[in-house]
Amino acid sequence: MNPARNSAPRALATPLVHLDSEPYYHATGDELEVFAAAAKSGLPVMLKGPTGCGKTRFVEHMAWRLQRPLVTVACHDDLTTADLVGRYLIVGDETVWMDGPLTAAVRAGAICYLDEIVEARKDTTVVIHPLTDSRRALPVEKRGEYIEAPPDFMLVISYNPGYQSVLKEMKPSTRQRFVALDFDYPDAATEARIVAHEGGVDDDTAQKLVKLGHLTRKLKGAGLDEGAGTRLLVHAAQLIASGMSPAIACTAAIARPLADETDTRDALDDLIRAVF
Amino acid sequence: MGERKLFAHELEARLDELLLLSLRQRSAAEPAALLEALPRELQERVLHWAGVAAQTSDDLGWLIASRAAEQAASLGAQLDDWARAGLDAYDRSGLAATRRALNDFAAAHRAGAFESQEGVAFGAIEGRLSRFLHALEGRPLKLVAGPRAWTDSETLWLPERLDAAPDAAGNRRLYKAIAALLWAQTRFGSFNIDPEPELAQWPAPEAALRWFALFEAMRLEACLGRDLPGLAADIAGLRGPWPAALAATAAALARPQASVADSLACLAELRIVGAGETPNFPHVGALDPLAARRVRAVRIARDTATLRQALNVLRAVDPSAGGQDHPDYPPLAAQGQTQHVDPQAEFLALPLPAREAARSLQQDLGEIPPEVLQAAGPGAWSPVDGVDSSATVTVTTQPDAFYDEWDYRRAAWRHGWCHLYEMKAPVGDHAWVDEVRSRHAHLIRSIRRRFEALRGEDKPQRRQFDGEEIDLDAQVEARADRKSGTEPSPRLFIHRRRIERSLAVMFMVDMSGSTKGWVNDAERESLVLLCEAIEALGDSYAIYGFSGWTRTHCDIYPVKRFADRYDAATRSRIAGIEARDYTRMGVAVRHLSGLLARQNTRHKLLVTLSDGRPDDYGDEYRGRYGIEDTRRALLEARERGIRSYCVTIDRHGADYLPQLYGPAHYAVIDDAKKLPQKIAEIYRKLTG
Repeated sequence: MNPARNSAPRALATPLVHLDSEPYYHATGDELEVFAAAAKSGLPVMLKGPTGCGKTRFVEHMAWRLQRPLVTVACHDDLTTADLVGRYLIVGDETVWMDGPLTAAVRAGAICYLDEIVEARKDTTVVIHPLTDSRRALPVEKRGEYIEAPPDFMLVISYNPGYQSVLKEMKPSTRQRFVALDFDYPDAATEARIVAHEGGVDDDTAQKLVKLGHLTRKLKGAGLDEGAGTRLLVHAAQLIASGMSPAIACTAAIARPLADETDTRDALDDLIRAVF
Repeated sequence: MGERKLFAHELEARLDELLLLSLRQRSAAEPAALLEALPRELQERVLHWAGVAAQTSDDLGWLIASRAAEQAASLGAQLDDWARAGLDAYDRSGLAATRRALNDFAAAHRAGAFESQEGVAFGAIEGRLSRFLHALEGRPLKLVAGPRAWTDSETLWLPERLDAAPDAAGNRRLYKAIAALLWAQTRFGSFNIDPEPELAQWPAPEAALRWFALFEAMRLEACLGRDLPGLAADIAGLRGPWPAALAATAAALARPQASVADSLACLAELRIVGAGETPNFPHVGALDPLAARRVRAVRIARDTATLRQALNVLRAVDPSAGGQDHPDYPPLAAQGQTQHVDPQAEFLALPLPAREAARSLQQDLGEIPPEVLQAAGPGAWSPVDGVDSSATVTVTTQPDAFYDEWDYRRAAWRHGWCHLYEMKAPVGDHAWVDEVRSRHAHLIRSIRRRFEALRGEDKPQRRQFDGEEIDLDAQVEARADRKSGTEPSPRLFIHRRRIERSLAVMFMVDMSGSTKGWVNDAERESLVLLCEAIEALGDSYAIYGFSGWTRTHCDIYPVKRFADRYDAATRSRIAGIEARDYTRMGVAVRHLSGLLARQNTRHKLLVTLSDGRPDDYGDEYRGRYGIEDTRRALLEARERGIRSYCVTIDRHGADYLPQLYGPAHYAVIDDAKKLPQKIAEIYRKLTG
């Protein structure tokens, strides 16, 4: 996002990711059909769900399935409109216009995925409005340009409704523009399959990891903001697959990332010990 | 401590002074004589705790002193825990309970539970255990320290202290094992059977119960092991291999299909064969099926009622959901088809309390009994809960919240100590506010002008490495630099940064009796000016008054809640702020910082307007106790992301305020009359 100013502008272009091999994704409901239908109808999609339950992976998978390039933007609280749309840069004695990731995606007819949109500044989220209604266009004020989105362009946003803070809620005027898909952790058997596949561990270890994940999720609101997501379980599985003992791997990949506070940390250690 | 021991007459004099015994015609001669034999360090501990207790009540002080004299020698290093247990019991239920708690503790100590220094106290592991069990159970379980380990299926009683294992880690594991097995009693159906007929046939039912508990522990250990093999391995490691005589029974009860009936069968078999001495396993808690079944019956009745009521409501709204033939609400499904009721699917539609009830019933009974799922006839879904209606009658006398208070002398919390009431703020004379506003019209205008300049807005920052726009001035310079051969600056952009005033402020106004008169006037005038200023800024703010009279009457007066506007009603309430009772500050800080923490702003600020140090009726809260408690409450607030600031007119404030708020977070105004003029400036500096 932060272009180095001295290199040639070509190098700064937003990378459009073309996925050649299938990103692993295990469907748990009708999300594949809904997404595909929304893509066909040119509707924007909103993915809701807790951290690490597979939202990003789902978008990658769909980009591969629909054979469209993918542009991913991780939103943060200092993300400005210019960061999304583009800006002028100075190269030598000239100014050069540089498309931002959103503009690049619109021009290329790509899927633009704005991850954790609520983190972005409120005024920034407004620039996506014209892209999400019947106009399907992006006005680039600084260039006086009005880019109409090709049929293949698709906007996808994600957000985590689990945050306690009211600040991190989306405005109704924004949310009501999207087709929404609810994501949650998959059921235990499915999750174990995912962990086994992604983490490269045997079924028994995967089931134990999932069991541990379920136990931590019950602590949501009682010491933890959120339980361990599938991603954390996969991380732990990968550590185990590389030869670490399950207890050390789970402590490093699950307990420590989740909690700082002593009682909760100790309780998580107890849970790890109990499961393995 | 290298000092010499105190002699009996010295001890007597010290006790007399601490407990004011001469006034009560008691003599400290006897305890003093007992204490004389102790080492100095222990003598001082006894005196310390006697003093601490005497600050709560003279009788309590005497009780602690006299008992400590008898038991200090045997308690040794456990004296502190012993005294704390006693004081805690006093807070909860009075002197008789203290006596019991002290005796229980000492008895447990004598029983040899406290042999080593490696023991673990319940308090040290409570938080960790409760979270562990919460994760297993999916909802919080109540943990209480008690003389023996058992559960009534809702609360887990665990020993005050464990010392059976050789090291602390082992004792912590033992706590975990005991707690997990007790939890398993409810989870895996130990109370699903009435053991009374069998127990009645035993000559000593207590011995029978202990055997029953042991058999159940064998079964439950295996139950736990199926889900949590690591936990079962821990338990097995703690108990060691079963004695040869029991090994076969343990193996039989470990089978997956074994149930509580099998444990009872083992008990019956044992009665016929003849039971020897009951083996003692520290990890096996007690089993009290009678008490547990009583609690369980109440819970099942309550859950059944909740669930049935919710199902009835659901079916009344959507008759197809129930699938029952209901005369008033015939099913909508095609005729002739039998509808399959899927309780799981139906439960998903229920409100959360009913879902919890269903889960709890499933756990208690193994399944939801079909009769619960039957519609209970027309009219049954009207709210008939008599318990609830009686509860609302007493609501006026119920405190709105209970807060813990920190007792620095015990270095422990007093649980649920302060009773907080949210009162209706009195309404004052609106004309007074108008008068203040016209008197300070000039000041208000200048404050508003200055504050408006602070309002959040986009500020372009020039000459940045990165930004949305090109900084033309910088670009021209850079070009000139390049032409002249100097290295040009790479800072060529303008970055627009939105200066957001994401701020919520809570004003906590001292309404203690000492503010009566001009201090109170100054406070009210200051608030009027502050409101004018903050309205210009657009910050979110609230004003609450606090006052109180002992720990059971801590009152909070909402003058302006965050959601309230600065309108005539609010202004009248500012005018209505009056001097009342005392300043028990800790509880007010806890309550108000809780309200403040719920605000969704990036910064949160708690500003106290006060005329002196924390104080309350009686000697207890005065002095260091109140300061330590308030300090603790402010630290808790800081942990919640709240910054605190204090504006006081107490000239001695410099003595204790740095300790409470930190060196730079308070302002002492020497003249109350200057408060209104200074307050806005303080606020501007604080938030600018």
